[in-house]
Amino acid sequence: MTYIPNPPTVRQEMLRALGMNNTKELFADIPAQYHMERLNLPSGLSELELKRKLTSMASKNLSTTSYPTFLGAGAYDHYIPVAVDQLLLRSEFATTYTPYQAELSQGILQAIFEYQTLICDLTGMDVANASMYDGASALAEACNVAADATRRKTVLLPDTVNPNYRQVVATYGRSSKYSVQVIATSDGSATEVLGHINEETAAVVLQHPNWFGNLETQAQAIAEKAHAHKALVIMVVDPISLGLLKPPAQLGADMVVGEGQALGSPLAFGGPYLGFFAAKNNLMRRVPGRLVGQTTDRNGQRAFVLTLQAREQHIRREKASSNICSNQALNALAATIYLALVGPRGLREIALRSHQLANYAAKQLASRGIELKFQQPFFKEFAIKLADPAAANKRLLENGIIGGYELKGGMLLAFTEKRTKAEIDRLVDVLGGMKHAE
Amino acid sequence: MQNKLLFERSVAGSNSFRLPPSDVPEEVSLPTEMLRPDNPPLPDLPENEAVRHFTRLSKRAYGVDDGFYPLGSCTMKYNPKINEWAARLPGFAELHPLQPEATVQGALELMYNLERALCEVTGMDRFTLQPAAGAQGELTGAMIIAAYHAKRGDTRRTKMIVPDSAHGTNPATANMAGFDVIEVKSNERGLVDVPSLRAAMSEEVAGIMLTNPNTLGLFEEEIAEIAAIVHAGGGLLYYDGANLNGILGVARPGDMGFDIVHLNLHKTFSTPHGGGGPGSGVVGVKDHLAPFLPSPLVAKNDEGYYFDYDRPDSIGKMLAFHGNFSVLVRAYTYLLALGAEGLREVSENAVLNANYLRMKLRDHYHIPFDRLCKHEFIATPGRLKEEYGVTTLDIAKRLLDYGYHPPTIYFPLIVPEALLIEPTETESRQRLDDFAAAMIKIASEAIADARLLKEAPHNMPVQRVDEVGAARKPILRYQANA
Repeated sequence: MTYIPNPPTVRQEMLRALGMNNTKELFADIPAQYHMERLNLPSGLSELELKRKLTSMASKNLSTTSYPTFLGAGAYDHYIPVAVDQLLLRSEFATTYTPYQAELSQGILQAIFEYQTLICDLTGMDVANASMYDGASALAEACNVAADATRRKTVLLPDTVNPNYRQVVATYGRSSKYSVQVIATSDGSATEVLGHINEETAAVVLQHPNWFGNLETQAQAIAEKAHAHKALVIMVVDPISLGLLKPPAQLGADMVVGEGQALGSPLAFGGPYLGFFAAKNNLMRRVPGRLVGQTTDRNGQRAFVLTLQAREQHIRREKASSNICSNQALNALAATIYLALVGPRGLREIALRSHQLANYAAKQLASRGIELKFQQPFFKEFAIKLADPAAANKRLLENGIIGGYELKGGMLLAFTEKRTKAEIDRLVDVLGGMKHAE
Repeated sequence: MQNKLLFERSVAGSNSFRLPPSDVPEEVSLPTEMLRPDNPPLPDLPENEAVRHFTRLSKRAYGVDDGFYPLGSCTMKYNPKINEWAARLPGFAELHPLQPEATVQGALELMYNLERALCEVTGMDRFTLQPAAGAQGELTGAMIIAAYHAKRGDTRRTKMIVPDSAHGTNPATANMAGFDVIEVKSNERGLVDVPSLRAAMSEEVAGIMLTNPNTLGLFEEEIAEIAAIVHAGGGLLYYDGANLNGILGVARPGDMGFDIVHLNLHKTFSTPHGGGGPGSGVVGVKDHLAPFLPSPLVAKNDEGYYFDYDRPDSIGKMLAFHGNFSVLVRAYTYLLALGAEGLREVSENAVLNANYLRMKLRDHYHIPFDRLCKHEFIATPGRLKEEYGVTTLDIAKRLLDYGYHPPTIYFPLIVPEALLIEPTETESRQRLDDFAAAMIKIASEAIADARLLKEAPHNMPVQRVDEVGAARKPILRYQANA
């Protein structure tokens, strides 16, 4: 099955128009030594064969539609209203490129402008970009911005930040623009970072709720100390939590990044997801990636356009601070549609329900002797103590549940509004029924 | 009537989204000072109004399904619908990235098979599927180059060679990875100037980033010499795969001496671009660089497929999880559909279409490199500019009136007033003839009445927008009382 519209007779006529006899002549500029006969791949398939083959491959996976999951750890099984995907299937959205031609792309540009506004409104920040690859790479880019803006190098990264994010930050940091200082903590909060802030600190990273699901109740105090030392504060937040929690701008964040997957993108085995990136006004011209601005056309009519492009790679080339070009525009559109569909009460209700289900689970587990790892307020995810988390997950799977994320001597369990009391009771029964070493 | 923003359509209390009734206690065990006092400040719309809003926005956009989209270097080919179906299968779409490996064998098999197929297509030995876009693939590649030299204790190599015709991401990537950029000029034939390259090569050079076919649509015919110079000098060759569509199934970067390759699955392998992503910038390397690839890779043993995290020399991780998996599903579906013969037909027809269009336009526009091209070519206004003052921007805006997405404009930078035209293989001769007719008509309009072009577009929802004003006083978000 190919998607080439010209039949062989037409191709032959076109070749003749070029004064050629065969297709080989089209590649006469490639030295003979590089020409290959045939790729060592199977022949093409019809659509019907494709359907059979891919259905069979997909069926080898156990999806979260058949087994409930308590996995979170950076990707969450929140409900996606049906209208989100129905709208994403409109191919004017799906099959268009970056909106370079503003007059032809007002719909895309307006949607990005609306997305930027929604992210600003949720986080309380002044400016948000059109999107980054995912939460982790958005954090790495924020560390770059902090190093540039403060002309300092040290980024304080408490181990209450998602370890996958810490790895990505370390990888991006290989270029030595910034150096990472990981701060070991003990009580499930980042409070111990306070003792490490000094005149060399470029930024303090706070994840809130953090890797263990706990709220950083001292975030404001940490931000105040950072600011007193002229360091910046980067907060990593769960956008669902912002239905319930105070916006990070009010806690003192200079940049806010995070994973927007929960806003309308399916789990999809890890991607495509949505990195969001928001900042205070004073950092506007350092923000990486695309920005859409409002302007007017020649008749004075409101219009939207890609703007401040002088920051970007296609203009600044080797002087650009980020190389990002393609981002996750369709996921940003999904987030925009999602937020429009659930609305202000809906997002609050989703956040509340997730939190209440987590509360219920923690209490039920406690009643079966399974303790929390930390004594901190948590949002929708928490860590429990378990002697053998791998064995526990195996048992859960045998009982039709995809368990939690295995920690050393524990497990991280996540709860979304999709989980039910019955599912949680089953989880508690299985875990509570196992022997856990004291 | 003005197009309203979501926020301007908001009516308090009109949204009726709800969750099932709760059967757990409705308590909040969080400190009050950490909570919002009210609902979050979001627009309040009923579902039908939200759907109409976005449907209207979609009508003010233009995708490949709407028509011809010859955006050079972006390979805007048709995005097969079966790919969308495959990506949405619950067995792919509803998998958590951290599920036990035993429960995701089909997903791992797909990734494993895709990696093998991409190795065959490019002549490389291993691929990481993690990078989310071309630019992130480039960054991955540049970091691998740095890691390779560092591992050998060769700390002098702080510079990266980039031709002046390169995509902007190449020099930006080199800078981001900590290299200083040495720009090498193109010669009068539009190719890397080999003597300049030889002069630029030294023990301080880590490697070269090259696109082949290059951004003028020309094959770098002296690639063997280029590879020999860079390798003899101890550097590595990086292949920017944005233009692979021009040689797919005919020649392979791995056979030309490239050590690292990134591919844009959203270009060559037909996955949709989504208005600016998500894409996928997978990176392939030769065996000697495989230890440095991001972690994990997908491997296979007697028990099945698994993630191999045992990679001590890996540069690390580029994303939190495994890459843009559902983009990988689409690309894999496309590879299966086309097969070996189909992939070769892609480049044959992409090159045929580009040269056919070049011949159609050569009498009406200036073609600075008017010889056999690969998948794309450059045209400029030529005498339309010199004699009638018509710019590339004017031509692009007039094309909008004729219902076309314009070609890439003002790129590559080394050709003033460039129109970079890439028709792709999925356009019929009829479409090419129609587009050529519109271009020729515009050329005659330029001569008869240049104002038609200067004031274009005339038939769009908005007229030419004020980009300067947008940048001078940036308004980047809606504010109710602004």
